[in-house]
Amino acid sequence: MAEWVTTHLPALVILVPLTAAPLAFLLGGTLARPIALLSALLSQPLALALAFTVSAEGGVRYEIGGWGGPLGIDLVADGLAATLILVATVVGLGVTVYAWGYFADRERYRYFWPLWLFLWASLYALFLSGDLFNLYVCLELVSMAAVALVGLSLRRDALLAAMRYMLAAILGSLFYLLGVALVYAAFGSIDIATVREAVRADVTGQAAFALMTVGLMLKTALFPLHFWLPPAHSNAPSPVSAVLSALVVKGSFYILVRMWVDVADPSFVPGSAALLGVLGASAIVWGSVQAMRQERLKMLVAYSTVAQIGYLFLLFPLVAGGGAAAADAWVGGMFHAASHALAKAAMFLAAGTVLARFGHDRIAGLGGLSRRAPVTAMAFALAGVTMMGLPPSGGFVAKWQMIRAALESGAWWWAVVVVAGGLLAAVYIFRVVALFLGREGAEGEDADVDAGRSPATMEWATLALALAALALGVLGQPLVELIGVGAPALVAGVGP
Amino acid sequence: MSWELTALLVAVGTPFAVAAAVFAIGERRHTLRGATNLAGAALTAGAVVACAVSAWQRFGGGPFAEGSIALLDIGFGLRADPLGVVFAVVAGVLWLVTTVYAIGYMSHASDRARFFGFFSICVGSAIGIALSANLLTFFVFYETLTLATYPLVAHSGTPAALRGGRTYLTYALPAGAALAVGVIWLNLIAGPVEFAAGGSLDPALASTHPGSLIVIFALLMFGLGVKAALFPVHGWLPAAMVAPAPVSSLLHAVAVVKAGVFGIARVVLEVYGPIAHELDLTPYLAALAGFTIIYGSVRALAQDDFKKRLAFSTIAQLSYITLGVALASPIAIAGGIAHLAHHAAMKITMFFTAGAVAEEVKAYRVSEFDGLGRRMPLTMGAFSLAALGIVGVPPIAGFASKWFLGIGALDAGEGAWVIAVLGVSSVLNAAYFFPIMHRAWFRAPKAEWAAGPPPGSAEGDLRMVVPILVTALIGLVLGIAAGADVSPASWALRIGMTEVPW
Repeated sequence: MAEWVTTHLPALVILVPLTAAPLAFLLGGTLARPIALLSALLSQPLALALAFTVSAEGGVRYEIGGWGGPLGIDLVADGLAATLILVATVVGLGVTVYAWGYFADRERYRYFWPLWLFLWASLYALFLSGDLFNLYVCLELVSMAAVALVGLSLRRDALLAAMRYMLAAILGSLFYLLGVALVYAAFGSIDIATVREAVRADVTGQAAFALMTVGLMLKTALFPLHFWLPPAHSNAPSPVSAVLSALVVKGSFYILVRMWVDVADPSFVPGSAALLGVLGASAIVWGSVQAMRQERLKMLVAYSTVAQIGYLFLLFPLVAGGGAAAADAWVGGMFHAASHALAKAAMFLAAGTVLARFGHDRIAGLGGLSRRAPVTAMAFALAGVTMMGLPPSGGFVAKWQMIRAALESGAWWWAVVVVAGGLLAAVYIFRVVALFLGREGAEGEDADVDAGRSPATMEWATLALALAALALGVLGQPLVELIGVGAPALVAGVGP
Repeated sequence: MSWELTALLVAVGTPFAVAAAVFAIGERRHTLRGATNLAGAALTAGAVVACAVSAWQRFGGGPFAEGSIALLDIGFGLRADPLGVVFAVVAGVLWLVTTVYAIGYMSHASDRARFFGFFSICVGSAIGIALSANLLTFFVFYETLTLATYPLVAHSGTPAALRGGRTYLTYALPAGAALAVGVIWLNLIAGPVEFAAGGSLDPALASTHPGSLIVIFALLMFGLGVKAALFPVHGWLPAAMVAPAPVSSLLHAVAVVKAGVFGIARVVLEVYGPIAHELDLTPYLAALAGFTIIYGSVRALAQDDFKKRLAFSTIAQLSYITLGVALASPIAIAGGIAHLAHHAAMKITMFFTAGAVAEEVKAYRVSEFDGLGRRMPLTMGAFSLAALGIVGVPPIAGFASKWFLGIGALDAGEGAWVIAVLGVSSVLNAAYFFPIMHRAWFRAPKAEWAAGPPPGSAEGDLRMVVPILVTALIGLVLGIAAGADVSPASWALRIGMTEVPW
């Protein structure tokens, strides 16, 4: 039995939520929640086992049905994929527990459960995909589920945001698919391992990469293509906001990393690394400044996502030179993806608790929250520590590695960007935290509307995610090592 | 696990566990929360003393007790070494006293669970700073301290408190960023930076990377100088006086500010070592410290607000420690380290006094203190003793450290200006403390104070009066017993000898 599980581990990881999704839809009603929770709990040991297997064997390749490429579909897992799967699993459990309380008696949200489980399965499949076309399919599945989830409330602004999100997503997919077609034309394959061997700098190949990159930038909401993100993420029901900001944007980013670090390296299209880095730096500044100016908590958190996505893109210039700096940047970038996922989920969930309880999320009306909702206020503040990149938190370990990589490669200006980004984040985080500590009733009328204490599942799931982001800063060494398992040659730390 | 490793983990871990317990106990169950807090503080005090015993037994012999877990290329390590245990014992023992005081002081306040929870995190961070084995660990605790202090400064939630908190962050966060860059850069060129008596950097680096080492030194000193309240980055400390008295007492006279000077001592003595002198970095630090001493004292003269006068006095006194460290003579270093403990006992007494006076008779300004000695004789007596100690009157603790500093300066060949600074500073200390004592003891009291403490009750909450007497007594004993083997002064002398082997 144990051996059977180990052999089929990559497939099982996907199958659990993929089976749960239709069950939750068909059985529906009161059974949907327990099914989702059971699936979430089952996913935990499976994802852990996959991480252990990848660590032990340096990577996993699984042929679905035993067909093998190029006809069959292969699932591939290296350290990067295992890391993101682990993150998705932990965040997924937190969101599921939170949603248990959040959607407790809301009949019109009954489609949340199947859609969410389907999105979860699609994300797993995306991280495990071994070829560019399967990545496209998974990305589409993720996007479709995400769009439906954004519009779940059927409120006018939510539907509008969902429409805008869908247009951006479709446009992004089109660009990406065009690129994939050109890759096939140029290199005769779309299997990642095969393309990696065949890749050479010709015009078709470069055009293919450019198209795919633009599409994925749109999907990842990299500045200046971020316009759709704040309304979509802030108007969605809060558990959905958490999933979108924490996990869904990482899906398209994951493909970008595969393209530019694994399949080819940034020198494949001259100037690409610097361009992505500059856009990332701009995102950090623009997103942070916008976050400072928001009047609604969920909008603030959404713009914070725009800023934090920027750090991910600093990865490309930092790894471009290879060597030890690239290895450090690799760990830093992926650690950032992991800790941001945990902390940003916690932030959106905290904002959701506030919204559910007080009927609004106007920042000015949140005075004294640490007295009225201590657990939620604490969770938000602790998640903020990771956003600022201060120790002890996973965000700190990530920034430590990025700054180290920047100094190591002599490109100190990226270090300046990382440091400045942390201070900008402090401005918008402490603006909110100071209010939490402040006096109540900054807006008189808000004091009257209080639905009473939120369900414990919501409060504690939020705090647990925030604490997990902190724990990464002290106990994160196993993750640091997992990220490095089977890392692409460019970032394996050998030679320049 | 050996008893020494257990002591290390208990010393650092207990305050964090107390914080978690206090948050979980919540706002309403005051007795349970207080009991948990006291028990945790007592356990911590015992554990830091055990760490000191460990360092004592191993001094001069084998390596000091340590434990670590892996993190990045450097690891997360704790060690009970002689310099570290001085600060750990100061923070741990005074936490126990402060807990009693704080339970009394906060007995009518709101949000007590939040207050005591973050307070415990601050103490745990300070002890972690003291017992860190390497620069990464130090930095992690240092920034944890930065963050955990903020909710305490802003505790009351009034606009003034929030402003104080914002000022604090405006200084502390950029400082933390500079420190981070400095630490990362140093780790990059020198490999994992451990602390070791006499300096841990390879002396060859002074010739291969002189420019980088100078810039890194400046970054580290800025990062640490903010908490050490070095001029010109001292401005947050008077603003932070808006915090409740226990915070001003333990954190802004002991744990937070001394984390800064302690960090300077670690970096100058146990990381840079001889390189700091070879690159001519210490004279600048000494000059800045000397200037801060005079500047803080002069500014203290002009403060009518009692806590602000104490705050400027702290700014000046902290720089004694920095000065001693920068002078690079074993005796001057000993003076600085001894002052770390001596000043802690005396200044915490004074801030306790400020809180007790504010609670009992609602007096916040020096100009309101006329005849206060009649109303609160024990409290003002303890205050006066501590004030005399800071001025440097023997045999109270402050005298011993100033004596060492003077001798050490002569030893380092910097005699003239350092002794002039010490002399002027003592005169200024007297000039800002004696008027307080004069008002309290010799001016005619207000009518309701003339009869002494209200009949049938002590002069205030005993949970506040007793800690004041205890810390004043500690200050006196530290001075009288400075010659004993186990006194901080003797301990500091032994450390001083090991820090300058070259």
